[in-house]
Amino acid sequence: MTDHPTLAFEVNGEARECNASPEMRLLDCLRYDFGLTGSKEGCGEGECGACTVLLDGQPVLSCLVPVGQCAGRRVETVEAIAEKDPELVERMTETGGIQCGACTPGIVVTLYSLRQANPEASREEIRRALAGNLCRCTGYEGIFRALEDGHG
Amino acid sequence: MYRWGGCSKLAELTYIGTSPPRPDGPAKASGLSQYADDVAVAGLWFGETVRSPVAHGRLRSVGWRRAAPPGAVLVTAADLPGPNGVQLIDDGWPILAEGTVEHVGQAVALVAAPSRRAAVLAAAEVEVDIEELPPVFDLSEARRQPSLYELELGLGDPEAVLDQAETVVEGEYRTGHQEHIYIECQGMTARWHPSGPRVEVSGSMQCPYYVHKSMVHAFGLPEEAVRVRADAIGGGFGGKEDYPSLIAIHAALLARAVERPVRIVYDRQQDIIGTTKRHPATMRYRSAVDAEGRLLALDVLVELDGGAFTTLSKVVLSRALLHAAGPYRCPEVRVRGRVLRTHTAPNGAFRGFGAPQVAFGIERHMDAIGRRLGIDPLTLRQRNALVPGDRLPTGQIVDESTSALACLESVARRTDFVTRWTEYQAAQTETNGTPQRGLGLSLYFHGAGFTGNGERRMNSPASARLTPEGRIAVLSAMTDMGQGAVIVFRQIAGEAAGVTFDDLEFPEPDTNEVPNSGPTVASRTTMIVGQLVARAVREVSAQVADWWGEQQPAASPYTVKDGRVVGQDGRSTPFAAVARSYLEVHDALEVTVRHQPAPGPVFDETTYQGPAYPTYAWGADIAEVEVDPDTLAVRPLRMAVAAEVGRAIHPRLCIGQIEGGTLQAVGWGLLEEIKLDQGRYLNDRLATYIIPTAMDAPDLDVELLEAAFPDGPFGAKGIGELPMDGGAPAVVAAIENATGLVVDEIPATPERLFAAQMRERSDD
Repeated sequence: MTDHPTLAFEVNGEARECNASPEMRLLDCLRYDFGLTGSKEGCGEGECGACTVLLDGQPVLSCLVPVGQCAGRRVETVEAIAEKDPELVERMTETGGIQCGACTPGIVVTLYSLRQANPEASREEIRRALAGNLCRCTGYEGIFRALEDGHG
Repeated sequence: MYRWGGCSKLAELTYIGTSPPRPDGPAKASGLSQYADDVAVAGLWFGETVRSPVAHGRLRSVGWRRAAPPGAVLVTAADLPGPNGVQLIDDGWPILAEGTVEHVGQAVALVAAPSRRAAVLAAAEVEVDIEELPPVFDLSEARRQPSLYELELGLGDPEAVLDQAETVVEGEYRTGHQEHIYIECQGMTARWHPSGPRVEVSGSMQCPYYVHKSMVHAFGLPEEAVRVRADAIGGGFGGKEDYPSLIAIHAALLARAVERPVRIVYDRQQDIIGTTKRHPATMRYRSAVDAEGRLLALDVLVELDGGAFTTLSKVVLSRALLHAAGPYRCPEVRVRGRVLRTHTAPNGAFRGFGAPQVAFGIERHMDAIGRRLGIDPLTLRQRNALVPGDRLPTGQIVDESTSALACLESVARRTDFVTRWTEYQAAQTETNGTPQRGLGLSLYFHGAGFTGNGERRMNSPASARLTPEGRIAVLSAMTDMGQGAVIVFRQIAGEAAGVTFDDLEFPEPDTNEVPNSGPTVASRTTMIVGQLVARAVREVSAQVADWWGEQQPAASPYTVKDGRVVGQDGRSTPFAAVARSYLEVHDALEVTVRHQPAPGPVFDETTYQGPAYPTYAWGADIAEVEVDPDTLAVRPLRMAVAAEVGRAIHPRLCIGQIEGGTLQAVGWGLLEEIKLDQGRYLNDRLATYIIPTAMDAPDLDVELLEAAFPDGPFGAKGIGELPMDGGAPAVVAAIENATGLVVDEIPATPERLFAAQMRERSDD
């Protein structure tokens, strides 16, 4: 167990260390070592997007990222992103963008990233950004509205 | 786009018809909600399931291949403390295979180990020795075996009419498996206690009391010895109605064996392989019609593939038959159906519960009638649609809220349907390489609440009681799997009791805390249990107000409004303060109410005559699609949906139900397919079982219509399943309008469209 090298990286603004195998999935490290269970596993193979986190500011699927690749880098999970963007949380709640909530953390991370890059994204651009985040409850309309309803 | 112009908030109501934010929204969006695999448990072990690799065989032995891996524990059917059956409608579904295996993926043994990885490795060390037997996959072969269930219902003598009729239209329509793909896979944690409730399970489930009942049955324990709690639920759609009972028993068996808490969480592949699906259906329709396309007689045969075990197939078949004639007037009807047994995983509950299959059947059949007679889909449906006072094949007279024509009007108006449908039809032959567009219409209805006398039999209770803080605690077993009961019940209770949301508490579903108000299924939560909630809190609130009035010097009537107890002179006191005073002189105040079926005729379960449902919700869809003439890829562009919902308690969430259900139906109609090879799923991952993404979803334009149902809370009907019925036939009809290709089997994949094109060319 402890013969693995210590991996140091930043998670939600804090310096963290992990002694697991560098092949461990970032998702498992976040959920089971650090207790950050906001990132969800919906498929384990990069199809559903429920485990989306930011790695150096870019959205990645944490079920496909070996934790070894995170050494020295900056990871942000939904727990931190929701705090940084309470308006997005509020809009998702109010526009019907949330039903069961299992896809929601990944969608919040993706939409946050889209809002940073393109605050006035069109529906087509929102669709494209969300192409890797499956939602089975909403038909996506409520999620689109979370961004569209905010447009002047 | 969305609209609820038709459902204005009534002036005298405070909460009903408004859309307050759901209280669990911020926690869900922040990743703080605790789902089954998120809950931290000290000393937790993990369970894995060893499954049958073959579809049918004699189970000769199961055991460790070599020495048991250190620390790992194996449980087989030999270790069961009680009957080897999951108690649902019957207990024919084995907890663990014994004697034979009946489908690929059937649970044969369980292992537990101290870590997830150790459990996976240990499961690979279990050897299952099976002598293969010939399996049955094909429905034509299954027909020669005894059915799991058979049912028949009807009205009049359709055969006589069909024999004499000038125009008889026949067709066969087929629908495939559908997997729920709730984003959170199944998961359950079990632990045994030395005292108190002996065994406790918590996890992802729609129906805590279903799990409770099956645990009591499997372990032979008294009811009070079993405690079941629901964690946050990451989607259900029926998939967490039946299956959680099995996984709860599995987790509890392991926890009992290792004397530690044990969690079983399926990964996606196991979830697809192991869990129940929507029943595939083959439907044969034969109808006699007059020259205007009016139905004179209808003969329907519905066959469902039940898979290897019964689960809930009997009631799925029942609902299918009761919806098979569609929302149409027909004087002579016979509907027969059976559930056939195959060596595939058992099929079970999935949103719509048999109705989406027959909605596809009858809607395709109506299009076949229109095609034969040259009548457009809207006119044909307007001529046949049920109106208040019409009779269903059960003899039930449909009530004043029957809204089929209003739904048709809503979608036709928004799409200019007949004009554009006619233009698209004329353009079918102009295949100059550009995408072809088409419009398709569907009309549907959905019986709200349990079928037949289910509610009468269950006689479900819900309770309300005053808490020491002076709030009203509302006690029901209903879960929120995303649909929004968590806010809708607050609105109903707040409105009924005259209190604010701050005056209300809603304990989590926990069989130790809440009464058995029945399962969270069948679109019954708002309509049936919502009404119980309204009655219970109204009674508590009224008793508090009456008592307060009696305490006043000049005794006068008091009412509760906006969280205050108000006298006739207008002076008021906060409800919570009055409630606390009440509890200073009374021990407690708790009111339990039970479901009261409306007076009038009772459904006859032997003849299938009478009111099968207390009311129906109504819907119509118009889909617009674009078909690539070279690849035959179909893109659904937009859909207009009209849904008559009784009364929308929370219009935003109500629309969310309609939007989400519509996309599930479109996915089922166009994309979603389980491919089987010797009973093994070939596409058992999300990379290969395709559900609609944000790129695939059409723009949805939903209009809610209201026609109050007097026995629902504030007029609400059950609507959760309604939108599952219309999407598939609408998109397939739109493909026909675009291309002229008639597809009577879903999903309407490019491969199926190509086959239809080849058939058409060989017919020419």
